[in-house]
Amino acid sequence: MKQQSFEQQHQQTWEEIERLLDKPNSVENSSRCAEHYMHLCQHLALSKQRLYDAALIERLNKLVMRLYREIYRYRSESRFNLYTLFAREFPLSLYRHRYFVVVALLVFALPGLISGLWIFFDETAIYSVLDFTDVRQIEKMYDPAASKFGRERESETDIMMFGFYIQNNISVAFRCFAAGLLLGIGSLLVLLFNGLHIGSVAGHLTRLDYVDTFYPFVVTHGAFELTAIVFSGAAGLKLGYAILNPGPYSRLNALRLAGREAIPMLYGIVLMLVIAAFIEAFWSSSASLPISVKYTVGGICWFLVLLYCFSGKRFGPR
Amino acid sequence: MLLDTSYRVEIPGGIELEAQVVGPVPRFLAFAIDFMIRGVMLLVAGIASIPFGELGTGFWLIFWFFIEWFYPVLFEVFWRGQTPGKKVLGISVVQDDLTPISFGASLVRNLLRTVDFLPFFYLFGLITMVSNERFQRLGDLAAGTLVISIRETAKPAAVTDISPLAPPTTLSRTEQTALVDFLQRSQQLSRPRQEELASILDEITHSGSETRVEQLHRIGAWFLGVR
Repeated sequence: MKQQSFEQQHQQTWEEIERLLDKPNSVENSSRCAEHYMHLCQHLALSKQRLYDAALIERLNKLVMRLYREIYRYRSESRFNLYTLFAREFPLSLYRHRYFVVVALLVFALPGLISGLWIFFDETAIYSVLDFTDVRQIEKMYDPAASKFGRERESETDIMMFGFYIQNNISVAFRCFAAGLLLGIGSLLVLLFNGLHIGSVAGHLTRLDYVDTFYPFVVTHGAFELTAIVFSGAAGLKLGYAILNPGPYSRLNALRLAGREAIPMLYGIVLMLVIAAFIEAFWSSSASLPISVKYTVGGICWFLVLLYCFSGKRFGPR
Repeated sequence: MLLDTSYRVEIPGGIELEAQVVGPVPRFLAFAIDFMIRGVMLLVAGIASIPFGELGTGFWLIFWFFIEWFYPVLFEVFWRGQTPGKKVLGISVVQDDLTPISFGASLVRNLLRTVDFLPFFYLFGLITMVSNERFQRLGDLAAGTLVISIRETAKPAAVTDISPLAPPTTLSRTEQTALVDFLQRSQQLSRPRQEELASILDEITHSGSETRVEQLHRIGAWFLGVR
């Protein structure tokens, strides 16, 4: 069949498909997609086999592609379920990547612990980690002698701080994950420096005996925030490890798989950091609550968070 | 090495789809447009938040967070792979099997933008992009996505008042297609260039400089099926 008669024969179908693609969401149209798709694939295959000219093949190719993208627009993932994501997939993902979590935890906690102890026993050591103005600022913030220890404030300020914690902390977690692409080294550095910083501050404030202002403040949101930082590091390490040791896959495919498997962890990290930001802004900052209440609530939060994070084993193999 | 931006995937339906992957320049332009749009959005929101004091600042920071991380994700997932900048440039992000991008893949490719940006101004991204034939940056490699052109191409010239002419000799299928292409692309080629191309075939067509182009057009029309 010559090209021109082929075009004449099918012109109407193609125009109909073009009209359909311009408003694809109507029920009637979407039910016809599959039928059109089959015809169109056949037309394209015929045109190629008969060596019709490039313009026609390109036109049909574009049309098939648009239809193809329409048909595959709805993937199972778009029906995702928040409940199963957070109740099962996130803990399961933690369980599956438990070795990464352990490594991230060690890289985060050990330097923090060591620097904390060092600074607790050595008066001047804090200045090797933080500079003078930062130290003064932190001291001022938690000074029990201050009339209100720096955190009693208006509810508007709470909302501002909530925004700040969301913007800052989640961005840090995202970067910590992304940096893992640099063979994991980036994530390790982010974990190391955050661990050092937090450990040093804790050690210094403990040495000054600011215990009753510092620990009640951090205990509750720390349950969510510290764990989430460790998890984001673990997700980053997973990316780096996939490149270093791809196993049976090519490095590229291993990276791709790792990226896909890290996704539930990212969702979980965002949830935990939003909760942490909420607690830090509206609960931790309150100076009117007695310390015993803060410790109790903080303890309960730690217990529940750990219980939740260790619950993954039930949901799947490996 | 053949420089070719064609990317082919066999899809259900038993055919090979062909797409054109897009290089660094249009992608950078798209990014620049998006960057300006984001800047304007943040600026407007920032000015609007001033009267609300610290409350406004809080909401503005949350808005900043969303613009920084989720502006590309939400557009790519809910607007057919296109941010406004990509829409202007006629390019679109798809999975590497040419299906629409999934939320997870878009999230990964946009979070890893951080690393593509290192050590400054997308240097890693650029190096990665030009060292693989699909122009994927690091985020694309990890997410399994690529950026293709979806711009409409020029319609071929309508073949009307041309009287078809039987070819003087037997031609292979590829030769036939070449003649049809020559006819259909005639409006995109200048007259001297057409003559230059047509003169290659003088020994077969035996025509002079006046008629050689027309003669080839007529043969093309014959193969196209004009009667």
